[in-house]
Amino acid sequence: MYVYDQYDQTIVDERVAQFRGQTARFLAGQLTEGEFLPLRLQNGLYLQRLAPMLRIAVPYGLLNSSQLRKLAEITRVFDKGYAHVSTRQNIQLNWPQLEEVPDILAELASVQIHAIQTSGNCIRNTTTDQYAGVATDELEDPRPYCEIIRQWSTLHPEFAFLPRKFKIAVCGTREDRAAIHAHDIGVELVAGDSGEIGCRILAGGGLGRTPVIGSVICDWLDKKHLLTYLEAILRVYNQNGRRDNKYKARIKILVKAMGVDAFREAVEQEWELLRDGPSTLTEAEINRAKSFFTEPPYPALDDAAARAGLAEQAAADPIFGNWVKRNTVEHRVAGHRIVNLSLKATGYAPGDITDGQLELVADLADEFSFGEVRTTHQQNMVLADVRMDQLYSLWQRLQRAGLATPNHGYLTDMICCPGGDYCSLANAKSIPVAEAIQSRFDDLDYLYDLGPIELNISGCMNACGHHHIGHIGILGVDKKGEEFYQVCLGGSQAKDASIGKILGPSFSQQDMPEVIEKLLSTYLELREGEEIFLDTYRRVGIEPFKERVYARAD
Amino acid sequence: MPGLIKQGQIVEDNWLPADPDAATVGEGQILSLDQWLNSEQPSGRAVMLEPGQAPNPLFDHLERISMIAINFPVFTDGRGFSYARELRERGFNGELRACGHFIRDQMTYLRRCGFDAFQPAEAAHLEDYLAGLNDFSESYQAAIDQPLPLFRRRN
Repeated sequence: MYVYDQYDQTIVDERVAQFRGQTARFLAGQLTEGEFLPLRLQNGLYLQRLAPMLRIAVPYGLLNSSQLRKLAEITRVFDKGYAHVSTRQNIQLNWPQLEEVPDILAELASVQIHAIQTSGNCIRNTTTDQYAGVATDELEDPRPYCEIIRQWSTLHPEFAFLPRKFKIAVCGTREDRAAIHAHDIGVELVAGDSGEIGCRILAGGGLGRTPVIGSVICDWLDKKHLLTYLEAILRVYNQNGRRDNKYKARIKILVKAMGVDAFREAVEQEWELLRDGPSTLTEAEINRAKSFFTEPPYPALDDAAARAGLAEQAAADPIFGNWVKRNTVEHRVAGHRIVNLSLKATGYAPGDITDGQLELVADLADEFSFGEVRTTHQQNMVLADVRMDQLYSLWQRLQRAGLATPNHGYLTDMICCPGGDYCSLANAKSIPVAEAIQSRFDDLDYLYDLGPIELNISGCMNACGHHHIGHIGILGVDKKGEEFYQVCLGGSQAKDASIGKILGPSFSQQDMPEVIEKLLSTYLELREGEEIFLDTYRRVGIEPFKERVYARAD
Repeated sequence: MPGLIKQGQIVEDNWLPADPDAATVGEGQILSLDQWLNSEQPSGRAVMLEPGQAPNPLFDHLERISMIAINFPVFTDGRGFSYARELRERGFNGELRACGHFIRDQMTYLRRCGFDAFQPAEAAHLEDYLAGLNDFSESYQAAIDQPLPLFRRRN
């Protein structure tokens, strides 16, 4: 993974010092709340319902074991002993004290972590595929480009006060695991006509109040132009994006208003000025970035023997076998598997992890996966490089710690924002809805029979829980001070991305498990063969689901 | 009159503030964009851009303009940062002045985008604004103050 040199460390240390000064000025009354607001947001700090929330950046979801241990220590010393993995692959603390945040940031800086631009109207943490570098369908590892974008976007002087937040995702695989269509800019590594790998650039995607799928604005771009092209897009947006209405301020609204062709033309025109300038990437810089994401020293393993051994263990212990089947994924390198750690055990808020679990994961990373861990935008964690012949001992340790729930990709592996229990933006609680659904559908055989389903829950229009792109999406809404839940169907974050369609009038919290039950039984009755929920929905449309859910009792 | 920071020092302002509604504008007075566009003698003068007034009409005349001021009615409206870079990247060499309600925490960004003069609305704490120029000693991106990105300078 990327390692800071003296330059990176200086920038992060100076940022901590700057924020320490800003916090002191705010507490001394020298900085108004209005002035402090964007400054603290750009350091990841929200003032929430019960306490501040600090969002810590995990660039493209990569952490090493010493960073995990530091995070565990911070949750213990400054917080309540747990942290939360967000849908931007970041880590959130729910109970820090405002006065102590500069100290937390200094602790983080000591292990090369920061909270820069994890909120605010600026370029946010760049996200990517949690299986980057080990996926079997990968064209090229996206992480070097994520790191290049991270550095370019960090404290960018021109783009710190954009009309609205700005999110970039990069993917380098056939299957899109980074939801690039739902981002302000999506970068996809693709082969051009000559076979050379370059970037396809999408712009104008985004969730929130008006969900939009991104449009291709450049089919193939030489990688050396990546930063100048991004700069051109941001510059068009910064000057022309709406600033009169925050609900119409995202780049998606600008792209729609101008039309994709006119937007592309404006970008190309701006790019003429920047193209081939000093920000053009050099071969040396791309290679430097790549040098941090080289292959770990994998042992040479006999794949067939490893698989046979694993099959034997799986047969001897079916619970283990089931976990292997559900929570581990094919690895690029012989004799290895990718392991998903589920942070979706029933009874715990989706994405939450305790200090003890963080430390255990750090130990397991050191023992089994070259000391590295990934966070995922589905709010889980990944050990990416585990030997097949070590899966059994890893699983035993995970199971004891409650991190081996075999539900990866199934209904109960839901995405869920912190919602009204914590977040001051939320219209409704989301965690109790998630918990009620998890409790109702805790029968594993039933879950597996349902097949892969993505259920996403957001507590408000800001859509942190990505409800629009869940196969089933749930949105908390406020109706005259009461919490209700709107359901949408048919969203997808894959390459054939789609925005879910609203089912109809919203439901009370207590009705939600029943509503989900009806949706699922409708699917089970209508599905053909091995069809997954999304495909059945796409074939039969929303009507049969609507009829069932809103059928009168008589 | 609000104080002025130029070349890292607090100095006297030689320009008179703009009056967009005035029919005639005196020598030494900053012009609004409309006044400048309608002026018979635009050479050697100063012009003020507001958010939403992209600098494009000035691009062909940059050598004739002495000073361009960019107003920040609220500090969260960041259009002026791009306007400044657009002007500098197209070769504007005169004074580029940030005016209005920007805050000291933006000083580094403003300078990096090409501003060399700063006239905050609240003149009382000019020293704080000056100090804000020292928040960072290093940066990743190419900008006006440092045209080479860090990746071309690392060793």
